[in-house]
Amino acid sequence: MSARILSILHARNIEFLRDRSALGWNILLPVLLVVGMGVIFSGDGRAMFKVAVLQESEVVDVTAHPFLQTRYIDFYAVSDLDDALAKLSRHQMDMLISPADQPPQFWVNESAPKGYILEKLIASTGTSDFSRGTVTGTAIRYVDWLLPGILGMNMMFSCLFGVGYVVVRYRKNGFLKRLKATPLTPFEFLTAQVLSRLVLIIGLTAMVFAGTSYLIGFKTSGSYVALIVVATLGATCMISTGLLVAVRTASEELAGGLLNMISWPMMLLSGVWFSLEGTPQYVQKIAGLFPLTPLLSAARHIMLDGAGLSEVMPQVIQLALMTVALLAIGAWLFRWQED
Amino acid sequence: MSEILEVRNLVKEYPGITAVAGISFSVEEGSCFGMLGPNGAGKTTTVEIMEGIRSASSGEMLYRGKPIGANFRNEAGMQFQSTALQDHLTVRESLQLFHGLYQHGADLDELIESCSLKQLLDRDNRKLSGGQRQRLLLAIALVNDPTILFLDEPTTGLDPQARRNFWDLIEKIKKRRTTILLTTHYMDEAYILCDTIAIMDHGEIIARGSPESLLKEHFSDVIIELPREAFTVSPASLPWTIHEKIDSVEISVASVSEAVTKLLELGVGIDRIRIRPRNLEDLFLELTGTELRA
Repeated sequence: MSARILSILHARNIEFLRDRSALGWNILLPVLLVVGMGVIFSGDGRAMFKVAVLQESEVVDVTAHPFLQTRYIDFYAVSDLDDALAKLSRHQMDMLISPADQPPQFWVNESAPKGYILEKLIASTGTSDFSRGTVTGTAIRYVDWLLPGILGMNMMFSCLFGVGYVVVRYRKNGFLKRLKATPLTPFEFLTAQVLSRLVLIIGLTAMVFAGTSYLIGFKTSGSYVALIVVATLGATCMISTGLLVAVRTASEELAGGLLNMISWPMMLLSGVWFSLEGTPQYVQKIAGLFPLTPLLSAARHIMLDGAGLSEVMPQVIQLALMTVALLAIGAWLFRWQED
Repeated sequence: MSEILEVRNLVKEYPGITAVAGISFSVEEGSCFGMLGPNGAGKTTTVEIMEGIRSASSGEMLYRGKPIGANFRNEAGMQFQSTALQDHLTVRESLQLFHGLYQHGADLDELIESCSLKQLLDRDNRKLSGGQRQRLLLAIALVNDPTILFLDEPTTGLDPQARRNFWDLIEKIKKRRTTILLTTHYMDEAYILCDTIAIMDHGEIIARGSPESLLKEHFSDVIIELPREAFTVSPASLPWTIHEKIDSVEISVASVSEAVTKLLELGVGIDRIRIRPRNLEDLFLELTGTELRA
């Protein structure tokens, strides 16, 4: 029996080791993830407070006020006062300051304990030149904030793996070759794959959303029509991403590596679990390239802030453009089989 | 009969390998054209280029006198050597899937009847036997009511009964005047089904014609087969070509009566002799000088 096990073990090892592309990804992916995440989330300590600094520049000028040199506070730049005040009212930041104003101003949420402590810290810097502003509003429960993220993440995995993997399997077992012998065009095939997965994923997500909302007592503030538009576009965009991975790949292991390489950074950087506010600008810019980022941003805006379609139009346009580009590239690169 | 398909100087090269080395041939409308040869001879590559599945390195292919274009897929039916179907679909659903890919299709009920699939319609296509699966794949190849049908080694791996059932189906299709291009490495299959054959080896066509004409052209003798233990004389003492096998001896003779007389004179027992005409396998051995590399 052990000889038989060894024979199979040996053969499988050879198969794996000779599939250079898959082997490469298996080694490269964890290294990339560790290095990438290490760079993104490295710092000299854990910030205890998040303070937004109202200014045009993306880099906070710590010399603008002694308070900005306080350790263990995460100071990050924001440029839109109304947006920042809205976030402050929802406890998504602990304080907003505008050091360039004359006199300098800060705003706190009167029902936020951290805001109270930060006020005391400002006072302890020995400066009393700040003008005080307040907002009110209860904190959004983490579970409410998390719900769009979890639903989005579930859509992402289903879209990427449910389409990418399947197409690779079709190519590997020769089903695509058989389809190539028919009048079916790549565009028609890809469109059918997109629509099939889209209908399934929207239906399933709607069911999960309804059930989860009932269980946790969540109520969407904004337009359901806008939410459906955003979800549909987001899912189409992620399905197109999955198809792009599968347009030529014939190795399921390579496809798995590529899909992991796309899905893990999206899961960590697109705002599924935590807000990216306060992370370096370049991280936010990279995250903005992932389809999950505008999807979650728009979905939260609708579900939590009560936004309508016009207010999430930038994300809608971004998702639509990305979808068209990904589908066009996918259809252009698509091959039914390896020659 | 007019030519429906013509291939001119077809070449397919891969790095370090010439799979098809400049072959030319034509197929007459309504005929069954067989491409024979061992594995690796280049017949599947040739057929897949004609089907549009692979690209040629060079050469020309004409369908009804015009270069093969995109519309050819509407008029051709194809059964590959091995084809995976979509998982979890029944036989009926698999047929409907492919039927829906063509603008004009065959009558599905008729097709199901002719391919003997009626009892299998609700069965998962993964649970079919080898013969049943090949019948389904043939039906799929026929869903567009093709004018030309490509069958690439359709009976490989089937048991003798399933092979013969499949041959009956092909005969039915032939009667409808559908042109068939069949690749096989079974010489008996080609002999029974094909009007014209081309024998390929190392990417080249080494013989072409009707099975009968090729046999007549290359052979004027018959084979006498004797059991090994009955052959008690030295081969050198006989004026014929002798081919010694493990269990038997084959003697190639021009006249059976003369040969039998001679063997009796030499005291060779002829109780268990078998006399057979030359067949395509003999022709292949004659032409290539090698055993079949099946």
